[in-house]
Amino acid sequence: MNQRAQIRRLDDGRRLHLHDGPIDLIVEAFGPRREVEAAYRAASERFATVLDELCTELSFLRRACSPETEWPQGAVARRMTAAVMPYSAEYFITPMAAVAGAVAEEILASMISSADLSRAYVNNGGDIALHLTADETFVVGMVERPDRPSLFGTATLASHHPVRGIATSGWRGRSFSLGIADAVTVLADRAAAADAAATIIANAVDLPGHPAITRIPARELAPDSDLGERLVTQAVAKLTDAEVHEALAAGMRTAECLVRIGLIRSAALTLQGDVRIAGELRDSNLVTNRVDERNLVHA
Amino acid sequence: MADDAIRCDACPVLCYIKPGRTGSCDRYGNQAGKLVRLDPHVVLDRALERGQPVVPFLERSNDWDGSLMSHGETFVTAIGAGTTYPDYKPAPFIISSQVEGVDMVTVVTEGIFSYCGVKVKIDTDRHLGPECSAIRSEGEAIGHVTTSEYGSQMLSLGGVRHLTGGSRHEGSATCDALLNLCNGNAVELKIDNGAKVTVQAGKPPVVDGAQEERMRVGCGSATIGMFAKQWFGKVDEVVVVDDHITGVLSEHQAGKLLGVPETGIKLKGRRSTPGRYFQVAEPGTSWGGTNIEDPLSILGKFNAKKAWPGLRLLMVSTTGEHYAYFELAEDLKPHEAELPANLRESVARIKENCEPALCTVLFMGGAGGSLRAGVTENPVKLTHSVRGSLTRVTCGGAPVYVWPGGGITFMVDVARMPRNAFGYVPTPALVAPIEFTLKLADYGALGGYVESVRPLSSIAATEDGRKRVNAMPDNPWPLESAEVSKKK
Repeated sequence: MNQRAQIRRLDDGRRLHLHDGPIDLIVEAFGPRREVEAAYRAASERFATVLDELCTELSFLRRACSPETEWPQGAVARRMTAAVMPYSAEYFITPMAAVAGAVAEEILASMISSADLSRAYVNNGGDIALHLTADETFVVGMVERPDRPSLFGTATLASHHPVRGIATSGWRGRSFSLGIADAVTVLADRAAAADAAATIIANAVDLPGHPAITRIPARELAPDSDLGERLVTQAVAKLTDAEVHEALAAGMRTAECLVRIGLIRSAALTLQGDVRIAGELRDSNLVTNRVDERNLVHA
Repeated sequence: MADDAIRCDACPVLCYIKPGRTGSCDRYGNQAGKLVRLDPHVVLDRALERGQPVVPFLERSNDWDGSLMSHGETFVTAIGAGTTYPDYKPAPFIISSQVEGVDMVTVVTEGIFSYCGVKVKIDTDRHLGPECSAIRSEGEAIGHVTTSEYGSQMLSLGGVRHLTGGSRHEGSATCDALLNLCNGNAVELKIDNGAKVTVQAGKPPVVDGAQEERMRVGCGSATIGMFAKQWFGKVDEVVVVDDHITGVLSEHQAGKLLGVPETGIKLKGRRSTPGRYFQVAEPGTSWGGTNIEDPLSILGKFNAKKAWPGLRLLMVSTTGEHYAYFELAEDLKPHEAELPANLRESVARIKENCEPALCTVLFMGGAGGSLRAGVTENPVKLTHSVRGSLTRVTCGGAPVYVWPGGGITFMVDVARMPRNAFGYVPTPALVAPIEFTLKLADYGALGGYVESVRPLSSIAATEDGRKRVNAMPDNPWPLESAEVSKKK
């Protein structure tokens, strides 16, 4: 096992924290204690080599994908490539756009193949792979701005929904974005697919050439970024309501297209306090509760 | 490859990190060319440097319950505790622990403060803007300039009127600025008819692009008083230039007592009392917080009946940052000369006595009825208990000052709280942690939710994860009386 990886039970005694380099996973499994232990053991064993595997193919994974691209060797790298491939003809995208979701998926897969769990999740910095068996549900909170701990809504996912992956992208998050969305949260059948789609939709929420948006070549911020000289969003000044609507409408066109062709189930797009919802999240079978002041204690 | 980037070798990703940025993990950053590790928190842990509870899970036996907390040494803060609705429900966590044999209760909640703001003290003598001027962030008015204090300028930011009384933009700009200031981040403020100031708790202010270094030791007159003896005999006249009161050695009481002869110096401005002048120039960001670049511009002609050729004149600002030395020529006009070695020391001493200039940020909020109702069925009893010092109020484990009078309106130095302890709701309003600690017996007496009290050990296995952080050594321990804390 590599010496860097930190594998520990969180202070609550229930969740598992897996950390290695830029990968940070919170894992929780539900089921009989023996099964949970087996799942955590499997997750830990699988986790130990994930970062090393990815790094051996890192330069390939940082290059733009096209339909003709050869496939990488590693299991996680292949999940990443599969997730971004549907976009590769039309958009600039590298497999790195799906790395967080793909790692979550891989760890979850190792757990459910070695233990009998009623529910489980692997949360990789907000990109989440889920396991749900009959009659189980997960309540997922959504954050408007990833740099701030404030929920704007919740979604309840039940086992009869096909959603098993959740991902969020936006310019305020950990990765760079070409767009101006504060956050785009995507629900899809798998985590890597959600991750890639969130990147694409967040890039589409944009006002090209608008002077209120500060953009900097990715390389100037992170010399080894997979986005190269592409301009990434660093600041967005206050926009007028009309501009917010225009940018969100652009993102919604992409999101609704992805829902239609079945790449994702639903997406929530937020920009400067405004929210748009595409797909089935909007309908009543997945409930979103706006968290407003009534739900909280006023001082 | 850009040569100011450094390569991080903490993991095989081997990121190149530019100065002021982090690698792809957000944990390692390049701070001025050095690779530095950064991280977050929630439960205060008194045991210093006990280190992260990294448990080699794979080698652990099956029965470990995950409990890492010991009584009295762990204090649960409200940061991330969440809140409750409706109001009559008990606060999210009511924790009991034993401290020196007494059962204590800590009621922990995160309150939404619509009525809140920050008071900022900026150590500077520079003129930041007229009193009552609006202060803007993102172009929106978020507060105003209030009083000048000794060597400092006070700003009042936020408050319910800016948060919810104006436009949506005004509210969100205010919320944004308050949140950033409270969480220890830098915020750029523009004062109407005044300066642009970058404010960050615990950091020097940056005024119109220039970082402030020192705050003055006293006004010009006070500086004369403090240093008169050190100047006596080495120089004939000293003018300490200050935006508030400019001091003149030969006319000042301190000079008179030492027997400093009259020099025939003539100062512009309005004479207050002997040797003390108001308004020698306009306020600004140069000499002593005035707008002058040339110190001679505040002097008139020397009186020929009293002045003499060769008269030695030192002009210095109240922080010692600006100084010039002159000697009078035959025509009694001052000519600049090199500062003699024996005066250099006194100028250096003024500078040395001027403390480092800082911005300090105090969060101020009021715990209203709803929040207090989470602690007790009869909210006013909590107020009375706080007044009677039976209940201690802390904010993220940090001590607070509770204002006298009605309600529980408190102030806390955000620098004494864990970083990123504040959140917000889109109302907009700030979410701040608040904890009430009191004896279990007193808690029962004031109508507390005694049935909801749970032992500290129980929260190790509750639903949400806890993060622990070392207590700040300068803060009193929230579970201890002030006297005991002092002894340690």
